[in-house]
Amino acid sequence: MMNLIQKLIGWVDERFPVIETWKSQMTEYYAPKNFNFWYFFGGLALLVLVIQILSGIFLTMNYKPDALFAFASVEYIMRDVQWGWLLRYIHSTGASMFFIVIYLHMFRGLMYGSYRKPRELLWIIGMIIYLALMGEAFMGYLLPWGQMSFWGAQVIVNLFASVPFVGHDLAILIRGDFVVSDTTLNRFFALHVIAIPLLLVAIIGAHLVALRQVGSNNPDGIEIKKNKDANGVPLDGVPFFPYMVIKDIVAVIAFLMVFVAIIFFAPDMGGYFLEYNNFVPANPMKTPEHIAPVWYFTPYYAILRAVPPLFGSQFPGVVAMGVATMIFFALPWLDRGKVKSIRYRGPIYKAFLAAFVVSFVGLGWLGLMPATETYTLISRILAVVYFAFFLLMPWYTKIDKCKPEPDRVTFK
Amino acid sequence: MTDNVDHSKRRLLIAATTAAGGVAAAGAGAPFVLSLMPSERAKAAGAPVEVDIGAIEPGTMISIEWQGKPVWIVRRTKEMLDLLAKNDGDLADPSSSVPQQPDYCNNPTRSIKPEVLVVLGICTHLGCSPTFRPEVAPADLGANWAGGWFCPCHGSRFDLAARVFKGVPAPTNLIIPPHKYLSETRLLIGDDSKGAKA
Repeated sequence: MMNLIQKLIGWVDERFPVIETWKSQMTEYYAPKNFNFWYFFGGLALLVLVIQILSGIFLTMNYKPDALFAFASVEYIMRDVQWGWLLRYIHSTGASMFFIVIYLHMFRGLMYGSYRKPRELLWIIGMIIYLALMGEAFMGYLLPWGQMSFWGAQVIVNLFASVPFVGHDLAILIRGDFVVSDTTLNRFFALHVIAIPLLLVAIIGAHLVALRQVGSNNPDGIEIKKNKDANGVPLDGVPFFPYMVIKDIVAVIAFLMVFVAIIFFAPDMGGYFLEYNNFVPANPMKTPEHIAPVWYFTPYYAILRAVPPLFGSQFPGVVAMGVATMIFFALPWLDRGKVKSIRYRGPIYKAFLAAFVVSFVGLGWLGLMPATETYTLISRILAVVYFAFFLLMPWYTKIDKCKPEPDRVTFK
Repeated sequence: MTDNVDHSKRRLLIAATTAAGGVAAAGAGAPFVLSLMPSERAKAAGAPVEVDIGAIEPGTMISIEWQGKPVWIVRRTKEMLDLLAKNDGDLADPSSSVPQQPDYCNNPTRSIKPEVLVVLGICTHLGCSPTFRPEVAPADLGANWAGGWFCPCHGSRFDLAARVFKGVPAPTNLIIPPHKYLSETRLLIGDDSKGAKA
């Protein structure tokens, strides 16, 4: 029996490099042995991707991308399709969990300087994934054709209409109509289920290839490839398989416990994962009393609202929001610090990072609130803090007093 | 190995092939992009709409659908009209200098008949439909509020002539669509027989 399996593997390997691939990606790919809690989220993001694709495929089997039937077909899935409610709640909860995991994954990068040389491209590919994910989430949110779906899409598409000169035609090109309509719903469905998922899978593949090339960073922010044994194996590295994979299984189990608890006990998360107004069918004649995007977009939405119109145009606000999302791309070149990891950074960087977290969370909260004068003022202050973190970075990372990095990774 | 390749000829051929291929790709791509533009059916859907405004009580408004968008028709009271001028100092464009209305509505009340306001109910910021708040000085909008519209999305404010206030996200006054009276109480929205843009 064993002999037969060996023969089969041999037969395949002559025609396709299974063993070589397995070794280079798994058993002979070395990850730093001082990984901590923050290194769970890359693997979890991959898990959520699989969950979303799987639940999405099954939802597609009963969903109808038509303005007349879309809302009812989602209700049909919720009430009449056997276990349809579970599929739908898995998918809607998965969307929010995706962003929680990705935000923590990105924050890990900020803390430990994972975007620094030689991982600039890895970071950039990751940012492209993040943008594609935002597009995917935005288009998916239109599909239930509720009030928030409709008015959210109306607002976001109109962001593009504020671009000088070409904006009006650009918005029409995106909607395929003069208003958000059946045409818009139909094309967002096509992009949500085919175009963007294909793109996501491809760039996530590129993210992993780039990771294999440069290797993982670690909480000490030093290169494990500097210290190798006689066989060229990093002294502070352990094989990705089995060690990292087994470690990730623990995280997967803990994560799934939280995930199913949300699905079973709080699938709408008090209106944050599924907004109450979205249980009302889309009505192009009436905007709900209070509209806010889903929580994962609210930091940027608060920045959009914070900028007043200049020169009779709302374009500056749209630019500020666009820059707020795109500025992460520039991080590898903004950071001039001598060390990568927060463990060896001086107090100034720590203070700026803390202020950035406060501004991001604060703006996220403000984006959910109605636009009162006090809130707008706070939004403006926090937006300045948000941009200061990036724009002042070349200066404050340079003058900061860093501690010396160790030669080898540290761990307890 | 001697290099008997004609490099300049090779470069020319590569450039020519790339250019021809690029033109073909752009040509093949055009139908895909154009298919994303509004269809003939969508373009034909903008027909004018006729409304009976006889039943609108003074101080209230109705909302009708034109080109898939809400159009509000408000019958303003005398008190409402008297309060309009009071807002002028707080408005971004009190005299409607930005062409957001047909010429025949470029007046202080932004309407054909002073009491009847016809306006496209789409915020000029990002396209939400603002909420009608005709009451004077409600707690949430402040003591200076003399009636108008409040946009729930981003907090833009408009007075009862649909003129935008200063310091809010919306840059311009709301749009007055082309319209005309067919009789004392019948209104046609979307056509004024004067060729104003629909």
